[in-house]
Amino acid sequence: MADKTFEIPIGPVHPALKEPIRFTFQVEGERIVGVDIKPGFAHRGIEFMGLRRNLIQVLYLAERICGICSISHPIALTQAVENAAGIEVPPRAQYIRVIVSELERIHSHLLWAGVAVHELGFDTLLHLTWKVRERVMDILEELTGNRVDYAIPIYGGVRRDITPEQYPLVREMIRYYRGLFEELADRLLNDASIRARTRGVGVLTPQEAEALCAVGPTARASGLRKDVRQDWPYLVYGDFGVKAITPEDYGLAPQGDVYDRIIVRLLEVAQSIDIIERCLEEMPEGEITSVPKVPALLAQLKKAEGEGIGRHEAPRGEVIHYIALEAGKEEPVVWKVKAPTYSNLMPWVPMFRDQEIADIPIIAASIDPCMCCMDRVYIVRDTVEREVWKEELLRLSWGKTDRIRSRIAGRSLRAAEAEHGGA
Amino acid sequence: MAALEALWQAAVVLVGAVLVGLGYKGVDRKLAARMQGRIGPPLRQPFLDLGKLLVKETVVPRTAVRWVFSSMPFLAVIAAASVLLYIPVGPFGPVLARHGDLILILYLLAVPAVAMALGGFASGAPYAVVGAQRELVMLMSYEFPLAVVIVGLAWRVAGLGVGPAFSLATLAANPLWTQVGPLGVLGLAFLLLALLVVTPAELSKIPFDIPEAETEIAGGLMAEYSGVNLALFYLADALKTLAMAALVVVLFLPYGIAGPLGIGGLGGQILDLAFFFVKLLAVIFAAVTVVRVAFARFKVDQIARGFWLPLTAVALAGLLLLVLDKAVVG
Repeated sequence: MADKTFEIPIGPVHPALKEPIRFTFQVEGERIVGVDIKPGFAHRGIEFMGLRRNLIQVLYLAERICGICSISHPIALTQAVENAAGIEVPPRAQYIRVIVSELERIHSHLLWAGVAVHELGFDTLLHLTWKVRERVMDILEELTGNRVDYAIPIYGGVRRDITPEQYPLVREMIRYYRGLFEELADRLLNDASIRARTRGVGVLTPQEAEALCAVGPTARASGLRKDVRQDWPYLVYGDFGVKAITPEDYGLAPQGDVYDRIIVRLLEVAQSIDIIERCLEEMPEGEITSVPKVPALLAQLKKAEGEGIGRHEAPRGEVIHYIALEAGKEEPVVWKVKAPTYSNLMPWVPMFRDQEIADIPIIAASIDPCMCCMDRVYIVRDTVEREVWKEELLRLSWGKTDRIRSRIAGRSLRAAEAEHGGA
Repeated sequence: MAALEALWQAAVVLVGAVLVGLGYKGVDRKLAARMQGRIGPPLRQPFLDLGKLLVKETVVPRTAVRWVFSSMPFLAVIAAASVLLYIPVGPFGPVLARHGDLILILYLLAVPAVAMALGGFASGAPYAVVGAQRELVMLMSYEFPLAVVIVGLAWRVAGLGVGPAFSLATLAANPLWTQVGPLGVLGLAFLLLALLVVTPAELSKIPFDIPEAETEIAGGLMAEYSGVNLALFYLADALKTLAMAALVVVLFLPYGIAGPLGIGGLGGQILDLAFFFVKLLAVIFAAVTVVRVAFARFKVDQIARGFWLPLTAVALAGLLLLVLDKAVVG
């Protein structure tokens, strides 16, 4: 067998994959010598739909890009639109956004931990982590009314306040997870069989992580201190001085393997708990939105002109929304979503190199891939699918930049004319 | 007449084994679920599973070598069932006591694994082929420690001069724990440990379930099996679990309670039989259920290394201690 390379297809449907993507592995015996990754199976044309709806409806669409990241996309989108339309967000609303997004990080990381140990065949821990995850889900339901799709951010604020009766519930949850942290860390990090399956597996060196633009816990586990909350503070994160977490914070030199990714996510759960606690303490009283009436908000957005970028540190890394608005139009002219998984696709290639077939599920899971966030394009013409390569992709993006540039130039020309006419 | 007697005895043992084997599978699943904080399936779930599989369509892949693919499940069940006919059931001797010994059992235990591997290779699918390769590597890994355990015990029994050394009936009748000195007890404990570690590997249970590894190779060598064929492998697994547990019980824990309690006759036999089943359950619980909820799945190289070096060392140390003990005790 050893002298023969054969291909093992994994996906788009496979028990190791929670969402569709296709890997084609070149394998020698049990050793992986190469991998080809083909995404695109979860593409639903959400941005296209968004360009035909008003901005309030776009917010609902953004929330439904992904069920696990259902606060990250709206937070990035609202920031982009507020940025473009110049809408202020009251301080209390910023705190509430931070609280809900950190709650999402806790539930997402616990969900990931369960999936990861399930890939290792350790179902006992899967059931433990998912059981303790229910607590944060209960709090999310209590605060927002939903377990998924929280519908909390709206342009200019949030849609629901946190009532005084809810404070003790959240504090109770904080105590619960603090008390649980030692046990979880012990179960996940000190277990011999987990260590045997994750130490030295799926290594991504800091150089590779840097060169391939890895984001989120994937980059941080390789030792890069890279976190939007630290590097480009937004909302009230700047006040908290959030620091990117690497395995060094656990007292270990980063090796960039799967084990380090477990450490980073576990520590981030603790970090999120601290942030939520500070939010509860420091959150000022006041308005939760600057434009409470939706029709007024819609009218204001319709008049807005310009472009905006919103970025947020989602549980999986940096999510970016770009939006361009034109006066007199209810719908955005451009809406572009870049999810963290897109940046973490290419780091898979060095991670898989020289690993074994048995490592495929845990390495695939280790970046916490989110296909429905990431799949933004799929090219089909006359029912024949087509692949786009680097050169064509570059040409297409140059073309798009040119189009945007000329539209912006045209807009500033119009603005100049209007100014001139006024004078 | 003797043939007729053997026939109905075999029928009783096999029907009983199917019922008990599937029943214990249900108990195993229930206990594992409770340990994981789940409710778990009802105890009769394995019977329902088997019944459902038997009425499902049996698909043979176009790329499969049809006759090998379809005959291997039968071979697995027959081999697993045959083992049971050579094992003493509580107070009763083996059905085929005069026709085979421990060496035969050693080979029969390997047959279901080989059958599964051949079936996997014959199904012509990449996942199944990977699973089959892993099954063979596992087989090569655990066979040596297993053989050391069995040879060690047989050698010590031969030293007692109480009957044919490789006969399970002799081993069951002469529990070694009380026949050896302190060194020998330690040696036996080592051998028992080695056998308990081999048991989940022999049965392809977590952490040694790599030939099937659902999240890696989607069921591996079982991936292409369906319907009756899959039902037969399911049954073979239940029977083999029972056989391995029975082997552990007969080799290391062949004690009855009727004798010490002073109950004779039919009542004593029924009591010993019941006690035998309790011991089986205890072994399954210790070597299969607890182990499979407490570990993550290992990789094939980790298993091979672990079995070839540390576990073989443990088994050999046990054997060495038995030899030393023999030299001391005489």
